[in-house]
Amino acid sequence: MFVRGLKRKCFDGEEDIEGTLAGIKAIPSYNLQRQSLLDMSLVKLQLCHMLVEPNLCRSVLIANTVRQIQEEMTQDGTWQMINTQSTGQASLDRLVSTDILCRSSRDQAEGKHVPAYGTFNKDFESDQAQDGSETMSTASSVQTPRNLQSNMWEMENPQENKGNFQKSLDQIFETLENKSPNSVEDLFSEVDNSYYDLDTMLTGMMSNTKMGHCDSLETFSSPKNTASNSNCKSDLNDLDHIVEILVES
Amino acid sequence: FLAGFGSLMQDVLWCFSQVKGTIDIGVTEADIISTVEFNHTGELLATGDKGGRVVIFQREQESKNQPHRRGEYNVYSTFQSHEPEFDYLKSLEIEEKINKIRWLPQQNAAYFLLSTNDKTVKLWKVSERDKRPEGYNLKDEDGRLRDPSMITMLRVPVLRPMDLMVEATPRRVFANAHTYHINSISVNSDYETYMSADDLRINLWNFEITNQSFNIVDIKPANMEELTEVITAAEFHPHHCNTFVYSSSKGTIRLCDMRTAALCDRHAKFFEEPEDPSNRSFFSEIISSISDVKFSHSGRYIMTRDYLTVKVWDLNMENRPIETYQVHDYLRSKLCSLYENDCIFDKFECVWNGTDSVIMTGSYNNFFRMFDRNTKRDVTLEASRENSKPRAILKPRKVCVGGKRRKDEISVDSLDFSKKILHTAWHPSENIIAVAATNNLYIFQDKVN
Repeated sequence: MFVRGLKRKCFDGEEDIEGTLAGIKAIPSYNLQRQSLLDMSLVKLQLCHMLVEPNLCRSVLIANTVRQIQEEMTQDGTWQMINTQSTGQASLDRLVSTDILCRSSRDQAEGKHVPAYGTFNKDFESDQAQDGSETMSTASSVQTPRNLQSNMWEMENPQENKGNFQKSLDQIFETLENKSPNSVEDLFSEVDNSYYDLDTMLTGMMSNTKMGHCDSLETFSSPKNTASNSNCKSDLNDLDHIVEILVES
Repeated sequence: FLAGFGSLMQDVLWCFSQVKGTIDIGVTEADIISTVEFNHTGELLATGDKGGRVVIFQREQESKNQPHRRGEYNVYSTFQSHEPEFDYLKSLEIEEKINKIRWLPQQNAAYFLLSTNDKTVKLWKVSERDKRPEGYNLKDEDGRLRDPSMITMLRVPVLRPMDLMVEATPRRVFANAHTYHINSISVNSDYETYMSADDLRINLWNFEITNQSFNIVDIKPANMEELTEVITAAEFHPHHCNTFVYSSSKGTIRLCDMRTAALCDRHAKFFEEPEDPSNRSFFSEIISSISDVKFSHSGRYIMTRDYLTVKVWDLNMENRPIETYQVHDYLRSKLCSLYENDCIFDKFECVWNGTDSVIMTGSYNNFFRMFDRNTKRDVTLEASRENSKPRAILKPRKVCVGGKRRKDEISVDSLDFSKKILHTAWHPSENIIAVAATNNLYIFQDKVN
């Protein structure tokens, strides 16, 4: 499958990618290849929203790959470099590609009786980047340690339930296994309308490494439902920022 | 050291026997075969497809008139096993694709098989009807009720012969026990229970009880953020009804004994090969993920398939496999492309022959590979319409890795990665194999002398 918005750079033909490429101009540098692999993996995790539940094995393997890359990038210091880059305006192309990544939160906003953990549904092809949560949670999970991210998900949005994410997640899984209708009602009553899904969790689990404090991330809102346009616009600006960081290396 | 083209007398020469399915250029997705399985005698061959249908072929009796046509397989029964469903709770479709079919051993005139999609396992009874009762008193031949006041005499219904009809009826539906996608089912040697495995859990069922199952393995972490490993396949030991194995996405196999505890989270044996540091890359874990695990018929060995190799393990040795066979090592330098186009996630299956001496698995370009464990010879064959003349001997294929390509070789870059052989089956006692190539089912037999 051709990944839109990414240049195709591959390791093909390079079995030993441990830095023996320096003098060869025709072959992209190891860092570039690695970055490309990271980008590809992140997009893959996003692109597994289809009508059908995504393949968990595939998602886990991709997430583990991302974690590996992150760990290596942490070790050789390239991670810090990326974080301190100044943000520019994201080009339209990049925004278009991340449009694909954004999921519509319209269903939740309209108060439809759709379960909060609406999950890997067809909203994927939505035009509007209203809910930048997907990309943002991805980006933020790439750049934050797991601790920081859990904190993120637990902190702001005072009007929504605080710190309920993890609890709600467990509830979701208990409900899925528990056939009793009461627990389902409980689920709907307590869980907020945030966009919970396995993907978000999986992207969340990608960031396992302890990282340095990341200033820019404090401005990111949690991966929750952004019902209003004003939220959307600020999300878009944040989105530009993230995409810029992700794509440029 | 390829299996020579008839150079040794003991070499098996594989011949084309039959092909099922259409030749259309455009393949209907629903027709893509997703599982193939012989029954315990080899008399029946079942396929499942993405459209939720099961087709059962039956081997015809060998006729003395045509001794060279050694029992062809013809359609015996076709039925819709699973329908697409919608999970309203999660707003997701549940695919009707048949992931696995497993036969039960035959205990009476009827045949029983288990078929499963991602969420629901069904027990199907396939039986023949060649007689029907005629002469009911209360209804006429069309089945319409007769007016009781018009009946003036009683008669005893009699059974009269009719055209053979094969009926498939769902006898049990085992539903609502799996949160994640079912990847394996396995009938226990006690013939009373079976297991179903999804990405994170394995459940044990009794055939008679559909509203209850026992969870025997659960690897779901309390915090899903910590999930790094999933179950990829599981199977019961062929003889010991308390023993089963399951494989993981990290390339490990766990053998469990159900006698030790109700929840078999702690394995009795743990099979893992240490990683080769010289081959390490970002794709190492992905290609180590095991896509299939199969006990040998003897129960002494297990075979696992990962992306590039097939491995045979001795149950008594956990630290490394006793045999490793390279299926298509030329793909090792292409892993990034295969990651990009998702081929690296293809789940190939593997099978033993009846005597556990040869193992078979599929590859790309409609190639499939066989490895003789005794002679250490291997062969690559192709399932294609070009080689489909009756009793045509299959010519070994070779992939050229680099340098000069010889005339009959195919270069790695010319391989068609959309033509993948994921599912194959080997007759339990004869050299008859069934190979699923997208929407076509090929049946090959060894040459009759």
